Amino acid sequence: MIELTVNGQAHSVDAVPAMPLLWALRDYLDLTGTKFGCGIGACGACTVHIDGTPTRSCQITLGDAAGRQIVTIEGVSGKVAAAVQSAWKKLDVVQCGYCQSGQVMSAIALLTGQPKPSDADIDGAMDGNVCRCATYQRIRAAIHTAAANLRS
Amino acid sequence: MHIPTNFVPLTPSRRSFMKLMAASTGVLAIGSLAHIARADGEAAATAAFVTDPMAFVRITPDNKVTVVIKHLDMGQGIATGLATIAAEELDADWNQIHIEFAPAQVPLYANHAFGMQGTGGSSSVNNSWDELRYSGAAARAMLVAAAAAEWQVPASDISVAGGVVIAHKAKRRASFGDLAAKAAQQPVPDSVHLKDPKHFTLIGTSRARRVDSLGKTTGQAKFGLDIRRPNMVRAVIARSPRFGGVVKSFDATAALAVAGVVEVVQVPTGIAVLARDSWSANQGRLQLKILWDDAHAEQRSSQDILADYKSLAAGPGTSAKVKGDSAAALAGAAKIIEADYVFPYLAHAPMEPLNAVIEMTDGGAQIWAGSQFQTVDQAVAAAVLGLKPEQVKINTQWAGGSFGRRATPTSDYIAEAASVLKATGGRYPVQLLWTREDDITGGRYRPMYYHKMRAGLDAQGRVVAWQHRIVGQSIMAGTAFESFAVKGGIDGTSVEGAADQPYDIANVTVDLHSTKSALPVLWWRSVGHSHTAYAVETFIDGLAQAAGQDPLVYRLALLQGEPRLAAVLRLAAERAGWDRKPAAGRARGIAVAASFGSFVAQVVEVSKGKDGKIKLDRVVCAVDCGIAVNPDQVVAQMEGGIGFALGAVLRDQITLTDGHVDQANFDSYLPLRISDMPKVEVHIVPSSAHPSGVGEPGVPPLGPALANAVFALTGQRVTQLPMSTANLI
Repeated sequence: MIELTVNGQAHSVDAVPAMPLLWALRDYLDLTGTKFGCGIGACGACTVHIDGTPTRSCQITLGDAAGRQIVTIEGVSGKVAAAVQSAWKKLDVVQCGYCQSGQVMSAIALLTGQPKPSDADIDGAMDGNVCRCATYQRIRAAIHTAAANLRS
Repeated sequence: MHIPTNFVPLTPSRRSFMKLMAASTGVLAIGSLAHIARADGEAAATAAFVTDPMAFVRITPDNKVTVVIKHLDMGQGIATGLATIAAEELDADWNQIHIEFAPAQVPLYANHAFGMQGTGGSSSVNNSWDELRYSGAAARAMLVAAAAAEWQVPASDISVAGGVVIAHKAKRRASFGDLAAKAAQQPVPDSVHLKDPKHFTLIGTSRARRVDSLGKTTGQAKFGLDIRRPNMVRAVIARSPRFGGVVKSFDATAALAVAGVVEVVQVPTGIAVLARDSWSANQGRLQLKILWDDAHAEQRSSQDILADYKSLAAGPGTSAKVKGDSAAALAGAAKIIEADYVFPYLAHAPMEPLNAVIEMTDGGAQIWAGSQFQTVDQAVAAAVLGLKPEQVKINTQWAGGSFGRRATPTSDYIAEAASVLKATGGRYPVQLLWTREDDITGGRYRPMYYHKMRAGLDAQGRVVAWQHRIVGQSIMAGTAFESFAVKGGIDGTSVEGAADQPYDIANVTVDLHSTKSALPVLWWRSVGHSHTAYAVETFIDGLAQAAGQDPLVYRLALLQGEPRLAAVLRLAAERAGWDRKPAAGRARGIAVAASFGSFVAQVVEVSKGKDGKIKLDRVVCAVDCGIAVNPDQVVAQMEGGIGFALGAVLRDQITLTDGHVDQANFDSYLPLRISDMPKVEVHIVPSSAHPSGVGEPGVPPLGPALANAVFALTGQRVTQLPMSTANLI
């Protein structure tokens, strides 16, 4: 049994410590908002926050995630999260939407640390999140919109 | 993807299935539509008020309007688009609109361009336009009739706006929900008045926002891979490393010893490992020992295949188009221009890897998947399981991208899921997952093609002869679609955009060598246009250069019979400032393509970055898709099509070494990232024409417009994709 703290709740997961966190979230805790895209940390669809840091959940084992504060798309809250999700909706950023949980998680982390990012800052922070629908232009715009709303 | 080899917008004769006749007065006689629609017993039984027999619009006493979506939404926004059409004629409030995905059922939910239920060929809005306008208008008429009866006023005194039914003189008003039960008792009208487009309040505006934005930004939207069933097990399949290989023998002992693995079974495509979770299934798969029989497998390398294509291209292929006498005209030409092109195999790589959930039920089986061909899936799964198609229920889910991959004539991954269910005796629900490696190495690629082009110019630089030879695998040959998709030895998907290239040239020859391989191929967003537009549009650019003329002017002179193509070219050029010289160090390229009934031109502006590599600064796009139902979503599809094309053109390719795929995941098949995305501006040509598609048409012009810009900047013609192989980008 591995003890995990996800979205503020304690969970016991009956799986081996070597299993990546992603699969415990999806297949044992049924938190399916965190997506599987590549399994090698190359697409960002599985991004969660661990102790506040955006992390690819396919690249951290249950053993290493145990005892830390894990927040998934289902559990994000606060002003920055609300501003990001509201901007995403206002601009209709999504297409297929499969990558967008990870995009939103990365954008929240960006704006939490950097309230007024430039396009280059956005590209730097978001380059690990792949969108095959190529919604990138709207992602940039939505991050700027969210940043502006947070400042006003 | 698309089924008809040359998709054309629906005409009354092609719509004869629905027996719809649109009179110039805007009245639709519904004829047998009502009869067909009455077949939908299920929707009728589950709703308080069903405007059935239409089965597309349902209004319930809670004031919800549910629009039933027969197409797959794989990101193109079709759920929003189709709901907009029905909501417009219904005069509903957009906030009361909900959607649900239709069950698999023909003819009720057939794509009228295909005759089966399916999404592709950018045909969804085009083929649904009439039936959803009718459905919305009929439902509105029934609400009005119910109000007229209730309030004892003539129907002509009643108006509907924003989801409210109002009798001004009688000072009565009611919501749709208030009237739902009584409206259900009204007869379905024999004819309805459709709106004059000038009175549209949703269509052509961006007031109808996406219905899926909230769910997809909060993690709540359910994709196939998110489906959970009681006691479900997860499966992955070990498939032949070479296409066409089969299992000779296998040893599952070590796999079965992996924690979490519950069972290993053989299925037609390989060995399936089932486990409590997908990761453990994959760990088990790594421990399988399998001997493969490669006797019938593709064992060539891509360089060998290309060499074979080049030898074939030395001789004539099957004729796809002959106009005039191109050989004679070439012989008399003042100048001859030639070019060869190489296009690689491409993977679709949708973000959501392929998957399906399947389980046995009392009366048959049910499947959860986001798939483009619901009724093919239904028939294929039924055949595997020994059931009748109607015993297989398909629960369509949001699909995490597709680009054509979730539409296969054999329903490949659905058949696999059904085979695993069968091999395990239906003991538990099964979720089949293709990992990203399975996806990239698993085939059904956009075919590799080789093009050979030759043109003759007269002394004034006018093109007098055009020869275009294409070599590559047929997508349709050997499939259930071959009989209507391959005519006279020509698979229309191999030559679309080439055999019907739009330029007014007196002498044209287009021919095709269709090759065979065990490597399975498939339509990939924009299908044949994904390569023919590149060849045609860079070659015509070369002719303009040889003639010493401006590429825009040269094209327009040859497009006098193509007003819609000429119009998008002019619009894109104007908005890009084509008539002004680009800033120092910058250059522009232009290209245009007609595909899937729509017309798109793009201007790409490039410069050389500090690292010496070419950088895209800006893409200006003009699109004519007839009536733009949701202009903001038309823009989104152009942005997405441009990005999708750009990733492929810049650096994507699937290559083989001795039959083994060289790429495996996003570290070797490199997707476009946000730092690669240029600024994109989209301009829509105002139009009152029947709406055509936008999912694919944004893709074809990007590659050639970029290549033409690269030429303008460097003098180098890129004739082999991806461009990364030329070390320019």
